[in-house]
Amino acid sequence: MSLQKQQILNKEIDSFDFQSGGEASSDLKNILRKLGVPSKIVRKTAIITYELEMNVVIHSLGGEITALISEDELEIRVDDSGPGIEDLDKAFTAGFSTASDEIREMGFGAGMGLVNVKRYADQIDVKSSKDAGTHVKVIINLAN
Amino acid sequence: MTVKELVDQFDLEVIAGPDLQKEIDGAYIGDLLSNVMARAEKGNLWLTVQGHQNVVAVALLVELSAVILVEDFDYEENAIQKACQKGVNLLKTGKKSYDLACSFYESNI
Repeated sequence: MSLQKQQILNKEIDSFDFQSGGEASSDLKNILRKLGVPSKIVRKTAIITYELEMNVVIHSLGGEITALISEDELEIRVDDSGPGIEDLDKAFTAGFSTASDEIREMGFGAGMGLVNVKRYADQIDVKSSKDAGTHVKVIINLAN
Repeated sequence: MTVKELVDQFDLEVIAGPDLQKEIDGAYIGDLLSNVMARAEKGNLWLTVQGHQNVVAVALLVELSAVILVEDFDYEENAIQKACQKGVNLLKTGKKSYDLACSFYESNI
């Protein structure tokens, strides 16, 4: 069995680009479908990547999303260039958000983004600092 | 029931109708996008007051049959353009979500 991971997506995400926001998730969904990944896993992945992608759009100065696949797992990496998350524990608390009123009026900033990511991911690792931005790595198991 | 049949039966306004033959399977009501992403299901109608472009991204990802903007809220122009490009149906009505949902329920949607 090969554990070598193959990159299937790498896309830049621009800050405050609500026009394209969600497109990386949509692209990944289509790629996974073509690869024959079960629909339940495709759905999980779509929820995770949409939340992470919109976090970059709403909160960051811009970043990128990368997806890698092996026989056993799907790895999603979302890296942005700042400004970083001040309190990671708070960021994982349901209902906590630093989004502006304007963003909340659009139906974002409910404080459920990272909570949903954690719920559907099999593994999640978030590193964030003011200088180095936020780096999220999510693993979704493909093998049962 | 298809979106076209729904539009005719409930007198809904079609703002973007690139795929009105889509089959409807249930409905979801909500205005928080994270909840819609996590809870709505494929084929659902989505009743909401959000009419901006990212609504189209969510509808596409969840594979919803149509978005129904209630209480006479309006879609943003770029949302309508994106919906036409991506094949997402956008409908609207002056009714409240609750009233519309009740009439859907009575029709076994």
